[in-house]
Amino acid sequence: MLQATASRLPRPRAMPWPALRAALRRRPELLLTPLLALALLLLWEAAVRGGLVGRFVLPAPSAVLVALGAGLADLSLPWHALVTMGEAAAGFAIAVAAGLVVGTLVAEFRILERAVYPWLVAIQTMPKIALAPLLVVWFGFGPSSKIAVAAVISFFPVLVTTLAGLRGCDRGQLDVLRALGAGRWRCFASVRLPNALPQIFSGLSIAVVFAMTGAIVGEFVGASAGLGYLIVQANARMDIPQVFAILLVLGAIGVLAYALVQAARRRLLFWSPQAEPSRT
Amino acid sequence: MSASLIAVRELSKVYPTAGGERVQALSRITLDVAPGEFVSLVGPSGCGKTTVMRILAGLLGGYTGSVVVGGRALHGPSRDIGVVFQDANLMPWRNVLANVMLPVEVLGLDRKAMRPRAEALLRLVGLAGFERKLPGELSGGMRQRVAIARALVHDPAILLLDEPFGALDAMTRDSMNVELARIAAEAGKTVFLITHSIAESVFLSDRVLVMSSRPGRIVDAIPIELPRPRGLDIIAAPAFAATVLRIRGLLEEGGAPATVTLAH
Ligand SMILES: Nc1ncnc2c1ncn2[C@@H]1O[C@H](COP(=O)(O)OP(=O)(O)OP(=O)(O)O)[C@@H](O)[C@H]1O
Ligand SMILES: [Mg+2]
Repeated sequence: MLQATASRLPRPRAMPWPALRAALRRRPELLLTPLLALALLLLWEAAVRGGLVGRFVLPAPSAVLVALGAGLADLSLPWHALVTMGEAAAGFAIAVAAGLVVGTLVAEFRILERAVYPWLVAIQTMPKIALAPLLVVWFGFGPSSKIAVAAVISFFPVLVTTLAGLRGCDRGQLDVLRALGAGRWRCFASVRLPNALPQIFSGLSIAVVFAMTGAIVGEFVGASAGLGYLIVQANARMDIPQVFAILLVLGAIGVLAYALVQAARRRLLFWSPQAEPSRT
Repeated sequence: MSASLIAVRELSKVYPTAGGERVQALSRITLDVAPGEFVSLVGPSGCGKTTVMRILAGLLGGYTGSVVVGGRALHGPSRDIGVVFQDANLMPWRNVLANVMLPVEVLGLDRKAMRPRAEALLRLVGLAGFERKLPGELSGGMRQRVAIARALVHDPAILLLDEPFGALDAMTRDSMNVELARIAAEAGKTVFLITHSIAESVFLSDRVLVMSSRPGRIVDAIPIELPRPRGLDIIAAPAFAATVLRIRGLLEEGGAPATVTLAH
């Protein structure tokens, strides 16, 4: 029916690349999504210029673009972004290492599970972001306090998914190894850990976002560098276009980090049906 | 009986269940398997066949009675025993060849030297050319054949097989039966086979043990006097049909549902 309607419309100007045309026919969202975004941006720009929305509430897209250009040109945005990314990455690395180790120990040793698990549940239910001011007092205004906040809040997703993954292990596969006289370590490395990886990776995708959040909040509380610090400064100056420019950079970093985790997942979990998130 | 490779005496096993009650899975099982002998265990679903096998494989404790393998009281898993489980239990992240090589790695054998053997076993089970495929890309029957190759790769003296051909079509199953008979005869392996198919048990075995359920016990042991080597045409022999009928009768006495006793 769609085709019938399309044939009655005037023919669109022939596109130079047939491959591109075919791609767009298969996935029209490739064209529609940017077009929609452009339309919204134009509407937004018009609303701000027409005085419908206050400049301090919502800066015009052009103003945001100018602020972004200026920040990139004087290298202030890249520099502060690097600071925040470094803090988040360090916190993430600590969280992953600690989450994997603690999760493994708790899953492998009954006694530890009995002793530690209730505490973990108790801490888990607490909003750990509330620890940020305290951590800044403990670790100072430098990067280490931001690393600590990022590590503390991204630790739990890793821990919880590691535990769940190691617990839900396939008994049949374990039997194969045990029937060969395999020891505890061998069973862990050859069956338990690979079995847990799909779950661990869902934890990592959450943790990577949490780590960025932790670093930013740490910078809100008290810092002399980083995108969170920059946002607070710009906000105080009522430089709303710059705030928006920083948010754009943060969005880009978030997408990049998530894509990195997904790429690692595809490499490691080539065998798992859940490895490819279903396209929706 | 002193020469048996596997000697089980008065073996009983009770499972504790989540509800708190106890399930008597095995009741005073006594059985012997001589070196090089091919013994099958048939019985209705849930009668405790897998329980017997898991105990023999050293995977299940908490039983009463004695289990002696190779002259020594059973003490956990042994590298002289190869096990094919009811499910293929392949590692989905390992390709077919790597799955077959798993026992080689676990037992610390020479990988390079064992690789040709693993490839030959894959050819034997009809999976030549599938070495690099992942288990997720195979059918259920193909996976089960990989599991059979895996159980044989480290050349164990005893094979424990828990319904290894359940997922195969009749044709493949017949040819796998012929192969299994040949492997057992040529390599002088001792085989303990659990099966739902009476015809299969008669075709392959020197002796068929018949189990009944609730609680699981062995009701009879039928020696199979058919000459070896046996070809598939032996199915037409009167002695074959008579033995199948006799075992079926024993199973029906034990109260087995009819579906289980249907010969293949
Ligand atoms: N882990 C367990 N915990 C409690 N009960 C069990 C457990 N495993 C088996 N059982 C019980 O023991 C009995 C025997 O089980 P088993 O798996 O040995 O039967 P089976 O003869 O292998 O059956 P099938 O032919 O269907 O595989 C069953 O009644 C089952 O409910
Ligand atoms: Mg069973």
